[in-house]
Amino acid sequence: MNASTIVFYIVGAMVLTFGVLTVFTRKIFRAAVYLLLSLIGVAGIYILMDMQFIAALQIVIYVGGIVVLIIFSIFLTNQAGERLPTRVPKRMLFAIILPAVGLIFTTWVLANSFFTVATEAPIAHSVENIGRQLLSTTNFGYVFPFEVISILLLAALIGSIVIAMKSKKVEGEIKK
Amino acid sequence: MEQVPLTHVLFLSSALFFLGIYGFFSRRNLITMLMSIELILNSININFVAFNKYLYPHQLEGVFFTLFIITVAAAEVSLAIAIIINLYRKFNTIDIEDTNTMKF
Repeated sequence: MNASTIVFYIVGAMVLTFGVLTVFTRKIFRAAVYLLLSLIGVAGIYILMDMQFIAALQIVIYVGGIVVLIIFSIFLTNQAGERLPTRVPKRMLFAIILPAVGLIFTTWVLANSFFTVATEAPIAHSVENIGRQLLSTTNFGYVFPFEVISILLLAALIGSIVIAMKSKKVEGEIKK
Repeated sequence: MEQVPLTHVLFLSSALFFLGIYGFFSRRNLITMLMSIELILNSININFVAFNKYLYPHQLEGVFFTLFIITVAAAEVSLAIAIIINLYRKFNTIDIEDTNTMKF
């Protein structure tokens, strides 16, 4: 038990605690704040696994972008202090049984499985290595998925603008 | 150097995954369902990073898949929030029990 393993268990407990609070709290704004803390904990787990670049991306995109977007949409749609409506009993039965059975099954599989930790010399997870392989056109290069994902992002950008846009002109034409 | 066993990391990610599943099925509000989806995607990212770190440390594939999943999650959230705001304008609610116009 060295320091990093203890820190891992503390951060893991933090992630799970705030995840539980996100799912169970009755106030929507608090759920968003708990989600933020849980995502910061996930970034801490990436740092403990020597993935500094992924941790930075997690902070920038999830904590800085997605959670802020969710909080904005809470303010646009709900009264933030209002309590959420009660749950539907018929769906609650399914909602409890499915994750409980799944978690028990997964834990059983994990308890009975043995992984042989690799002994190859590890490659440094630096930004230089990631960038070189991500944008290489040779074998094991990932330039084609990179381009596809950039087109997906552009499409999502335009699509979300078009969907959320108010269609004032059409209403004006109908009124004429 | 002593490491955390891989099964403990996998247990953490699976617990987070099933928390997300529970939230997705039990919540009635669309935004809180979206938060549960974020939890699910994060647990999958932890899995990819852990497998890359423990079993294939000489490759970078897990990092790339994590990058792509984060990108897809960002695109998905922006689209979902656009849809939720549009839904709120039309129905004045984002409760899934009330917005059942397209239910057969």
